[in-house]
Amino acid sequence: MIFLADFSPIKPDFGLLFWSSLIFLIFWFMMSRYAFGPIRDALKKRESDIQDALDEAKRAKEEMTALQSKNEELLAQAREERSNILKEAKEAKDSIVREAKEKAKEEAQKIVDNAQRDIEAQKNAALLEVKNQAANMALEVAEKIIRKQLTGDGEQEKFANSLVDEIKLN
Amino acid sequence: MLSTVNTLQIKRLLLTFSLVVVGALGTALWAQHDHDHSGEDHSGHDHAQHDDHSGHDHSGHDGHDHHDDHSGHDHSGADHSGHDHGSHDGGSHGGHAANACGHHHDPSIFDAGGTAFHHIADANVYSIGPFSIPLPCIVYAPNHEGWSFFLSSAFKIHGAHGDGSQSVGPYVLNGGTVMRVKDGQGFPKTEGNVQLASDPHDHIFSHNEEDGLAYMSFNGKCYELERKSTADFGLFGGGITSFYDFSLTKNVVAMLLVSLFLMLMFFSIARAYRDRDGQAPSGLQGFIEPIFVFIQDEVAKPFLGHYWERYLPFLMSIFFFILGLNLFGQIPFFGGANATGNLALTMALAVIAALVVNFSGNKHYWEHIFWMPGVPAWVKTILTPVELLGVFIKPLTLMLRLFANITAGHMVMVIFVGLIFVFGGTQGANPPASLGAAAASTILTLFMMAIELLVAFLQAFVFTILTASYLSAAKEEAHH
Repeated sequence: MIFLADFSPIKPDFGLLFWSSLIFLIFWFMMSRYAFGPIRDALKKRESDIQDALDEAKRAKEEMTALQSKNEELLAQAREERSNILKEAKEAKDSIVREAKEKAKEEAQKIVDNAQRDIEAQKNAALLEVKNQAANMALEVAEKIIRKQLTGDGEQEKFANSLVDEIKLN
Repeated sequence: MLSTVNTLQIKRLLLTFSLVVVGALGTALWAQHDHDHSGEDHSGHDHAQHDDHSGHDHSGHDGHDHHDDHSGHDHSGADHSGHDHGSHDGGSHGGHAANACGHHHDPSIFDAGGTAFHHIADANVYSIGPFSIPLPCIVYAPNHEGWSFFLSSAFKIHGAHGDGSQSVGPYVLNGGTVMRVKDGQGFPKTEGNVQLASDPHDHIFSHNEEDGLAYMSFNGKCYELERKSTADFGLFGGGITSFYDFSLTKNVVAMLLVSLFLMLMFFSIARAYRDRDGQAPSGLQGFIEPIFVFIQDEVAKPFLGHYWERYLPFLMSIFFFILGLNLFGQIPFFGGANATGNLALTMALAVIAALVVNFSGNKHYWEHIFWMPGVPAWVKTILTPVELLGVFIKPLTLMLRLFANITAGHMVMVIFVGLIFVFGGTQGANPPASLGAAAASTILTLFMMAIELLVAFLQAFVFTILTASYLSAAKEEAHH
């Protein structure tokens, strides 16, 4: 052989073969069962957890975006509604004011009309009274005059008679 | 995805090649050095005196006829011109250099290759610096003693080299490795623990570079030692011997420590994932997660498609087991267990990977191997053996790649440190040269350590990604 001194490591002795196989098989079994298997599963689980978390975050973001656009839409809608309400309110106000004005005008007219009528009535009543008064006064005056004249002249008597006739005729 | 895999593979190939080149250079350096030594060491020896040096019986093993045509270990002769071997001269067994086997040990000559091999070898003792932690020995000698259980401290280890000064039955500890005294040599193995040397510094073990065998000198007699049985079928100089070593060796202890450490670490991380559900990772969890996710997303998912979950634990186990052991072997002053640089471990992993791949193979995969669709019949007769060979070559390359990369790196490292002793002498003979070599060696070793750190990750990754690609081939659905 090419080796001069004893190069023993290249000669596989049965003892070391036996122990190497035994120790490695035990090592393999123990490590698979209690170390490499669980670590592999834990790493796999973590990987899927991370993927899930990322997916979840992505989904949440998408949801958030969707929500935001929906919010904006709602806001715009609300704004429109508000302006609509405001417009309606203004219209309502205007119409109310207008109505009120018209009503007030009408009322005022009515009051004025009533007042005019009252005034007319009062005026007529006043005129009637004045007429009556004047008639009374004239009557009184006439009585007085008559009384005085009747005491004199026949002509006057005659006149008085005519007057009485006249009244009778009336 | 395909293009990225391709560039990755090219980069990986380039790196592997450059590493192999570095490793080869290191090996060549050692070989050159060693060769020079043997050249000067044995010059002018008297070949004729060979026969009278050994009283022991060599008839038990073949290959000893190398002795006759080589003088390499007959140092008992008087003529050692140019070397200061005077004190070790012939016949005196009391000295600590010359022994009954006639093998000289000259402490002034540094054996870089041997040192490297010693440091990357598995051992039955865990040496950390000057301390030796004894390990349990479980040896089995069929047809002889059967099973034997004892602690390696029974060998009465002395020194950092892991030599035992006592035998346990037929077993001795040579350089930290349990060996068995070959039967039929009259060794008193039934007498229990035999004191092998009175002086613990006696050099009782030796390695014969010619026949590749280990010898022990005891009581003025030379005994041949047998190494443990190995599964290389003689390909790398091993084979079945009289005994098997099932001890908890240094590499086994390293594997146990690393597995235990990784298990505790990952169990706590898994607990963190459970308790801190829904929270960001923190601490250790945060440190490991990028590596985990890298293997998951760059290896498992692209190669295995929707099968990735099923095979992820297997790929992760391979990656972290290899990475942990690669890094553990690089901790300085910690014994330097070269577990992933040992063919036995890489073979075990490669065989398990191959079993997983082939048991996962679908109809389409086997069809591609045995009866490739869409090619003429005569091509099939060529293709089928090639594809079938591929089934075995794939794990073979997995096994060799990891082993070669890690071993080469460690060896180069030891050799770089060894330069200090190559240039400066083993006992501080040349202080200026020692200092100069130490400075150069520090820079080189630092560089090598950085490369090895990269290689530790790279090779763990390469083993994993190739296993994943073989699995993907086994799982591929027909689409043509």
